[in-house]
Amino acid sequence: MTTTIPKVRKSAPRSDTPSRVRRGGVMSSTGLYIATGVAAFLFLIPFYILVRNALSTDAEITGENWKFFPTDIQWGNISELFSDETVPFAQSLWNSAVVATLHTVGVLLVCSLAGYGLARIPYKHANKVFYAVLGTLMVPTAVTFVPSFVLVSSLGWVDTYRGLIIPGLFSGFTCFLFRQYFLGFPKELEEAARMDGLGYWGAYWRVVVPNSLNFFAAMATITFIAGWNAFLWPLVIGQDPSSWTVQVALSSYMTNQTVVFHMIFMATAVSILPLVFVFLFLQRWLVQGIAQTGIKG
Amino acid sequence: MSTTTKLDLASSATAKASPAKPRRGLRGSPTFTFWLFTGPFLIGLAIFVYAPILWSLWLSFFEARFTVTPDKFVGFDNYKYMLTNDDFVGSLGTFTVFAAFIVPTTWALSLGLALLVNRMRFMRAFFRSVFFLPTAVSYVAAALIWKMSIFSGVRFGLMNTVLGWFGVENIAWLIDPNPPWYWLVIVTARLWLQSGFYMILFIAALQNIPDELYEAAAIDGAKSGWQTFRYITLPQLRATSTAVILLLLVAAYQAFDEFFNLLSKTTWGRPPLVELYYKALGESQDYGAGSAGALILTVLICAVTLLQGKIMGFGKGDESK
Repeated sequence: MTTTIPKVRKSAPRSDTPSRVRRGGVMSSTGLYIATGVAAFLFLIPFYILVRNALSTDAEITGENWKFFPTDIQWGNISELFSDETVPFAQSLWNSAVVATLHTVGVLLVCSLAGYGLARIPYKHANKVFYAVLGTLMVPTAVTFVPSFVLVSSLGWVDTYRGLIIPGLFSGFTCFLFRQYFLGFPKELEEAARMDGLGYWGAYWRVVVPNSLNFFAAMATITFIAGWNAFLWPLVIGQDPSSWTVQVALSSYMTNQTVVFHMIFMATAVSILPLVFVFLFLQRWLVQGIAQTGIKG
Repeated sequence: MSTTTKLDLASSATAKASPAKPRRGLRGSPTFTFWLFTGPFLIGLAIFVYAPILWSLWLSFFEARFTVTPDKFVGFDNYKYMLTNDDFVGSLGTFTVFAAFIVPTTWALSLGLALLVNRMRFMRAFFRSVFFLPTAVSYVAAALIWKMSIFSGVRFGLMNTVLGWFGVENIAWLIDPNPPWYWLVIVTARLWLQSGFYMILFIAALQNIPDELYEAAAIDGAKSGWQTFRYITLPQLRATSTAVILLLLVAAYQAFDEFFNLLSKTTWGRPPLVELYYKALGESQDYGAGSAGALILTVLICAVTLLQGKIMGFGKGDESK
């Protein structure tokens, strides 16, 4: 193609070499920041709405004129939320914390071992096993949630932490990600460890895991977020309000007969807050981990 | 505890690993070790994934209302029923529309954001965080913010307020399927939630493109901008794009949370998973038909995935390492 095409797009990105020839001058750099700024503004609107509504009175939220900020910040909404009798919100927060934490520990343990086994241990049927794991990725939750529910209820696990946690531990996707990661792990490290007399098991715990902490941290963050945010399974398992996770509690606000706006938004804000902290502190590992997962093929 | 750094180990490893394969004949048989590592996972997978799938398969051939241990075999009746059931077929249509909206828009937006962020010299981390942050928010929370405020059909909803400044009448975003404004609500919610994640994947992929390619292109006279994007960046991102599209499709098939919460009291706009939830766990508790529907869905997902793989060549990347 030799036709000259007018320059409509931003020039192609260069990997981190800002000192080299920058295509486009000051104008396109300004354009870059304007475009990104507008996108960022739009992305932040939902957070703004959340905080504004959580700290306003209902009268101001539903008022005639749009108020950009609450006239009086209503910190009292927090205590009101926790003293509300209709939804056991504090209990649901605690349930989510327990479930998400144990879910994360369990998933990392079980899936990392399996991923390593599939990636590294020579076994003639390893590929077949891997495809059996891969196949589960294509099966929608719908196929399994009804029989899973029956299974769990016949075990007497409805409304229990066990019922909320254990069926979710065997994530084909996480196992897949660990396998991809371990495929790229330098073989020399393990071979050296095994030359020194460690078996696979010893090499795994003494060499592979300590050298993979970044990846484990990334997976832990992703898994924790997924565990905290899970909805369908907790909805099915949490029959009694005392075993609701925070997502189920939030959902129940939306179907309530009476809508108390400031409380609903405060509940949402409180449910997001822990994750935002987790996220901001662990973002570095998260980004590295996602970049390394080998999804990039 | 071995606290040796990667570097030390690597250098000592290269020294030792040179003699012929050391793996053979070391302690423990690899077969046993393989099962030691994978056993716990595979047992769990068998109990909590495969057993339910098989049970589901079995249920789909029985008349199973209000029971999961039915005895009346009905052959393919459940399948016939589901395939001729307007609600279920409609839900497949809903999914198709949803996928047609969400897959290209997420792909384009996350790639666009990645290109922008990747070119930045200042405040790069800040902008990346802004776009990535919604990943931490749950679908339920986002649905709530969207439904109760941004796209609330009443006057004090944000969109209606903004439109009101321009003299536009209030729009009932979620209550009225005619015109189907609810798609805008659902698609923007999911776009906001998931674009940041895929942006990270694209940034990683962009940084893997060798600079030499751009230098060579510049020497060959390629115009920067669209031309280099079209003939270098895009082809180099092929593997990532394929994976992203696949992930987006599978995620779209499994959409439940936002539909369930945004359209809680409607009978339209139900994707397959919501339809099946009501079918199996709703008033009729029809596990047989529900299971048949779920299996039809699975077959479709597999077919689409394989087809997409054929077209875009997924799986080749597997042997890269």
